Amino acid sequence: MALHSEILSKESRPAALRSRGAFGGVLERNAAGYVFLLPWLLGFFGLTLGPALASLYLSFTNYDLLQSPDWVGAANYVRILTDDPKFSAAMQVTFTYVILSVPLKLAFALAVAMAFNRGIKGLTLYRAIFYLPSLLGSSVAIAVLWRQLFASDGLINMALWQLFGFEGPSWISNPDYALYTLVMLSIWQFGSPMIIFLAGLRQIPTDMYEAAQMDGAGKARQFFKITLPLLTPVIFFNGVIQTIEAFKAFTPAFIISEGTGGPINSTLFYTLYLYQEAFGFFRMGYASALAWILVIIISLFTAFSFLGARYWVHYDD
Amino acid sequence: MTDATHALLAPPKVQRSAFKSILLHAVLILCSFGMLYPILWMISGSFRPQEELFGTSSLIPSALDLGGYVRGWSGLQVTFGRFFWNSLVISVLATIGNVVGCSLAAFAFSRLRFAGRNFWFALMLGTLMLPYHVVLIPQYILFLHLGWVNTPLPLIVPKYLATDAFFIFLMVQFFRGIPKELDEAAVMDGCSPFRIYWKIMLPLSLPVLATAAIFSFIWTWDDFFGPLIYLSDINTYTVQLGLRSFVDSTGSSDWTALFAMSNLSLIPVFLFFLFFQRLLIEGIATTGMKR
Repeated sequence: MALHSEILSKESRPAALRSRGAFGGVLERNAAGYVFLLPWLLGFFGLTLGPALASLYLSFTNYDLLQSPDWVGAANYVRILTDDPKFSAAMQVTFTYVILSVPLKLAFALAVAMAFNRGIKGLTLYRAIFYLPSLLGSSVAIAVLWRQLFASDGLINMALWQLFGFEGPSWISNPDYALYTLVMLSIWQFGSPMIIFLAGLRQIPTDMYEAAQMDGAGKARQFFKITLPLLTPVIFFNGVIQTIEAFKAFTPAFIISEGTGGPINSTLFYTLYLYQEAFGFFRMGYASALAWILVIIISLFTAFSFLGARYWVHYDD
Repeated sequence: MTDATHALLAPPKVQRSAFKSILLHAVLILCSFGMLYPILWMISGSFRPQEELFGTSSLIPSALDLGGYVRGWSGLQVTFGRFFWNSLVISVLATIGNVVGCSLAAFAFSRLRFAGRNFWFALMLGTLMLPYHVVLIPQYILFLHLGWVNTPLPLIVPKYLATDAFFIFLMVQFFRGIPKELDEAAVMDGCSPFRIYWKIMLPLSLPVLATAAIFSFIWTWDDFFGPLIYLSDINTYTVQLGLRSFVDSTGSSDWTALFAMSNLSLIPVFLFFLFFQRLLIEGIATTGMKR
């Protein structure tokens, strides 16, 4: 009896209420939780987990949508890794794109963010202008514009002719240059890492700079000894996000090469190759294997980034 | 979003000489102009007489010519009006789906206690890292068997099932910041979970719902890959697909019309930029969105 009343008195306390959960009995609480979670659960099993397992299975088969999948073991993977010149081309193009565009984009983003962090008037307007290309950049319209800028009679060549009397080639139809026009398109969109850098710079206490100045440290020393180390978590974050995005780039290469990845596979981004295999040739099994290799590449990159981060990323705590 | 973020984004005021400050602004204005030059050139190019586009890098057309817009609008066998309508329907329905689907899941994850919650939450976080390429082909096969190819359904229905885990995560973070006392008091008053979600959570979460809605709309509007795969009948094309077909059909012959339609396709995103710039920029600064 005493025990019973103790439980009762405990139950009437708000703390106990909180620890037992807000809504009635256990069954009722579970039911409420799963009712709210139902759409996500359907999506998770039907559109994420199920398809992911299905594509893993398909990657070991040949499948053209018409006949049922034909089990071929690891043959797709073996062919991709040992005997597929287009895969090698796509890897080379994608890695070149990632290695060039990500560091340059981050460098621009950081430089502009530092310029903005000096307390200038009209910051909001400047920041908006520099962010705009990043917002519009992934659309087909901007890819169309880029095609025109770097065409043989495009704006770039017109400017080169007027300024230097230099007759430029058609940049987008020359296999030596086509990829670099896409790298430039990516760098032009440095707006969103810039905003993240700007937020990061704000968190560096100004008294650190004041103290360094009193000790006679110049601007360059302040940058390398204060700004850069304290910003490493943000640099790391931006680097990982932008690299993953760069691996998945598709639209600009598709528009500029009219879906071919040309000239001579010079803009054959990995995702473009995957698209061609799946929806151009309907080699669904082969394309699934390509997709899983992309997952492995991205996971390895992410894992190594996090492992490497402990050596250069500086955390306060 | 919060006072703290406003403080983060507000610049510290520094005194510097008038000359230095004029110099800084001159450089920044020059750079801004350089950044926007291609876009400005595309806008002015769309108003030029067709023969004038090449041979001048000036931004001012010799005469205002709307021919590009007229030729572009009906440059394919279906007008761009149709493509805009399709894009609008898909973007609006997908945006509603994202907000509804993700906020239901986020409410469950952040406010309801039920068996297995942490397990599902961990799985949800796991899907954040999964590139969509691995689910692409089986999803296509599924929608093909459902007879949804060449309808906008594959681009809309998944959003109602909260497949964009990123937005769930964003909302969970925000919901956790809302004082728990509010819903506890409501429970005492006999409120059902649904009433709490509808009457307390959603009204208090307008900033994060708006951020999620704006980014969903822009990303769906700009999406090229999804429509490219699922829509092959020209009557179902979105603006992005229409533009792509237009590039293929005109080649490099009618840039004025191509620029005109490109400009029109950017208008909705640009309007969001004009009116919701603060939410966009804060959204990126506080959550690290990719673009």
